[in-house]
Amino acid sequence: MTREKVRVQTTINEQPVEFLCEPRQSLLECLREILGLTGAKEGCNDGNCGACAVIMDGRVVNSCLVLGVEAEGRRITTIEGLARGAELHPVQRAFLEQGAVQCGFCTPGLILATKVLLDRHPDPSEPQIRRWLANHLCRCTGYDKIVRAVRQAAAELREVRA
Amino acid sequence: MSGKPYRVIGTRPVRHDGADKVTGRAQFGADVRLPGMAYGYVLRSPYAHARIRRIDTSRAESYPGVLAVVTAADLPSGPDRLVDLVEGTLPLSYARTNVLARDKALYKGHAVAAVAADNPHVAEEAAGLIEVEYEPLPPVLDVLEAMREDAPRVLEDLRMRQLGELTDKAGNIGEHFRHVLGDVEKGFAEAEVIVEREFRTVMVHQGYLEPQSATALWNQDGRVYLWTTTQGAFSAREATAWILDLPVSQVRVTPMEVGGAFGGKIRVYLEPLAALLSRKCGRPVQITMPRRDVFEATGPTPGTYIRVKMGARADGRITAAQVWMAYETGAFPSGQCGFGAICILAPYDIPNVLIDGYDVVVNKPSTAPYRAPGATQAAFAAESVVDELAERLGMDPIEFRLKNAAREGTRRADGLKYQRIGCVEVLEAMRDHPHYGAPLEGPNRGRGVAMGYWFNIGWYSSCVISVNPDGTVNLVEGSVDLSGTRTTIAMQAAEVLGLRPEQVHPIVADTDSIGPTAVTGGSRTTYATGWAAWEAAHDVIRQMKQRAALLWEVDPEAVSFDGGVFRSGDRSMTFAELAERLEETGGPVVGRGAVNPSSAGGSFAGAIVDVEVDPETGKVTVLRFTSVQDAGTAIHPTAVEGQMQGGSAQGIGWALHEEYSWSPEGAMLNSSLLDYREPTALDVPPIETVIVEVPEPQHPFGVRGVGEANIVPPPAAIANAIYRAIGVRLRLLPMKPSAVLEAIWSKEV
Amino acid sequence: MPVVFIPPPLQGLTGGRITLEVEGATVRELIENLDRAWPGLRERLVEGDRLRPHIRVAVDGRISTMGLLERVGATSEVHFVAAVSGG
Repeated sequence: MTREKVRVQTTINEQPVEFLCEPRQSLLECLREILGLTGAKEGCNDGNCGACAVIMDGRVVNSCLVLGVEAEGRRITTIEGLARGAELHPVQRAFLEQGAVQCGFCTPGLILATKVLLDRHPDPSEPQIRRWLANHLCRCTGYDKIVRAVRQAAAELREVRA
Repeated sequence: MSGKPYRVIGTRPVRHDGADKVTGRAQFGADVRLPGMAYGYVLRSPYAHARIRRIDTSRAESYPGVLAVVTAADLPSGPDRLVDLVEGTLPLSYARTNVLARDKALYKGHAVAAVAADNPHVAEEAAGLIEVEYEPLPPVLDVLEAMREDAPRVLEDLRMRQLGELTDKAGNIGEHFRHVLGDVEKGFAEAEVIVEREFRTVMVHQGYLEPQSATALWNQDGRVYLWTTTQGAFSAREATAWILDLPVSQVRVTPMEVGGAFGGKIRVYLEPLAALLSRKCGRPVQITMPRRDVFEATGPTPGTYIRVKMGARADGRITAAQVWMAYETGAFPSGQCGFGAICILAPYDIPNVLIDGYDVVVNKPSTAPYRAPGATQAAFAAESVVDELAERLGMDPIEFRLKNAAREGTRRADGLKYQRIGCVEVLEAMRDHPHYGAPLEGPNRGRGVAMGYWFNIGWYSSCVISVNPDGTVNLVEGSVDLSGTRTTIAMQAAEVLGLRPEQVHPIVADTDSIGPTAVTGGSRTTYATGWAAWEAAHDVIRQMKQRAALLWEVDPEAVSFDGGVFRSGDRSMTFAELAERLEETGGPVVGRGAVNPSSAGGSFAGAIVDVEVDPETGKVTVLRFTSVQDAGTAIHPTAVEGQMQGGSAQGIGWALHEEYSWSPEGAMLNSSLLDYREPTALDVPPIETVIVEVPEPQHPFGVRGVGEANIVPPPAAIANAIYRAIGVRLRLLPMKPSAVLEAIWSKEV
Repeated sequence: MPVVFIPPPLQGLTGGRITLEVEGATVRELIENLDRAWPGLRERLVEGDRLRPHIRVAVDGRISTMGLLERVGATSEVHFVAAVSGG
């Protein structure tokens, strides 16, 4: 396995970003160790918890299963890129107002997944919400208030976009 | 919600740390970055039971990029003594041995050595170069097998304890608990219906999403600085100091945000290792556990064997109950069987009781508390028997429980009389809830109920409140915030001070910055640290009254404070107006509170569950779930609901899919989040909550801890629901599809 | 007079008695007085000037944090229990 570093050019949170990484380093590791973006979390490192989720080219991906070098030429959104200046995104606000955050570890991945859900399905049903978020484990909340938060965000975004 | 006229208590403000949690800014253990930081990796035993003959670290030490390697030889080994490490009292040598194995590996995953290197991949590669010569021994893996006289000994020096005293009984039994009330022989003789059943539960894990992570700097000033994932900064400080044979004040612990704990992050695993590595290489060292190590080498909860016999008269009064229970506590004794023994019959007033409980060591990871430790396994057994007894008597399950419910003055199995409790109120709320009477139509569907209890603890907390010139306050406290307690504590101070919650700025401080504060656990935090904040707030008011008195030239006794306003005669000043005058009236106002309350009355919880069973696949779907719990006074109802829903979901996972699968050699076969099946959003329905409020008389606001009791009822409630759905009672957890099918088929045969 | 419940492992020292009435305003005093009537009890409960590490005392149903210093009322019930905590 080569230790020689590869140069990666990508777009993260709408900013052009360039970094060097070893081919074996996952995107999660690159975000956290090289780029200082620690919002994505390592829960399992094998794609089974969703805590590392980011948005890549409009899709939710587990960044632990993406290699850093695969970020070349892509558009990536992490949790750090969601708020606009000092204004929280409606999904972020809904999670807080509904009490959908307890320990907060699963929260970044869940919020990003929710954003993509609502971008594609502005009025999701509860089964649809639960199925979409089934890849994101939460051990603290029992999911009830998370579903309510998604609903609140959906309603608010529908109004804003109408 | 609450009948009292509170302004702040009972409201639902957004948490103070909310913005940080939803923007990724909150700093968890593995987010710590220090200049020059190195990374550690822990080498662990592949054997469940083995003598360690030799460890050769030379090849690892000379690997490029490696900075230091440590083994048990680097740990102090002074004279042994008993230490109180929160979970119970145990020999210090046990705590040290669990951190790094010395002569024997006691479970697969037991730490044997640790490596620090420039990057985590190099550390892992180098660990693979450490040569360890093991002599495998037969592992002890079953709790009943382990209790036999001829079983291999896990710990050669272990002697059984009884009420804290060592007997000279060698073997694998760490402790024997016994509770006696009345005379069970006589009680059973009076019974007209008797049910006796055996139950088994399998080891499960707290399943927190965030693996343990600790960063240590053994500084040139001789102090050890730790940034760590812990439920207790002060208990982590003590444990690390004792294990390393340092004065406690030489260690400073900065608690990071925690990604779930549920009792599994009290014990220290990585802190001493990171500290030793840092001392050797002169740089900060961060160690984060991979998920596999979280399962194999932290503290899951005991698997159990429990036998319950209960007898009742035809009029429904329980006359006697007898319990025999054995808990596998992993490689070291844990006392969890003792907790189970206290809780197993807690919801009932039974005059004749005999409980024998055994804590048994086996070659599995050393168990740790998991949300109401020991109580869930116990309730699974007892609440199933209660259900069966009620059915045999032709009584409604809730009416049967009400007829025998524990009340103020009822004697618990350990002899203590209950103070004011809400057992009856919880049962009545269940009985009167629309869920309980709702029609449930369709084949293979059934409804079950169960009760649960956790005794909750008191213990010590400190709090300091300083007044800002703009009339807001800073509140410094030492309770690690697992799920929003910095806000529930701030709300209690705000209530006293006449402020809004956002006018109180709470800070969770490190061990140098606030007085000692006991662990966030035992359902104590909103209760005890809130009490400390209440005391500190009253200290602030007392001092500010003196300042107002100075300004108005009256006696402090003549100053009153109400609704946020100081008054004397026809003069008045708001809190903010007075805050602006503090500098000229004597300087800053800093209030303090320090409490150490005795245990509180405890919290009762109940669950109503509807299930549907697929008789062809054995899959159990939870259709509807209602959680009821006595919160005393709900400071922040959303937070209380969150606790109830979270504990209920964990209980559903424990009931239906979670388990440690073991190979015959004692290796966990499913140590990943793929195969260790924690509930997803698809596995649980919406969880309806009912907060009952029977105020705890001793607390200023009537708070009872709510964190734990809610996980206790679900497995039994689900078992009872399955029975009503398909006519089969399952007595083994988890009630996974294969177990359900086997139960169906054996009934049909 | 306060009533002390004798835990099963110690009932051998009290001739099998489960409860004993004994004078005392603190837990320390209760134990001193108990030991006078039933020698050997103190040694099983106390180490130095504190309760043994694994033992806690509960007065009127509340497990105390003050051990021997805990005050006892004229009609109090006193139990000795194994130390427990929680998760």
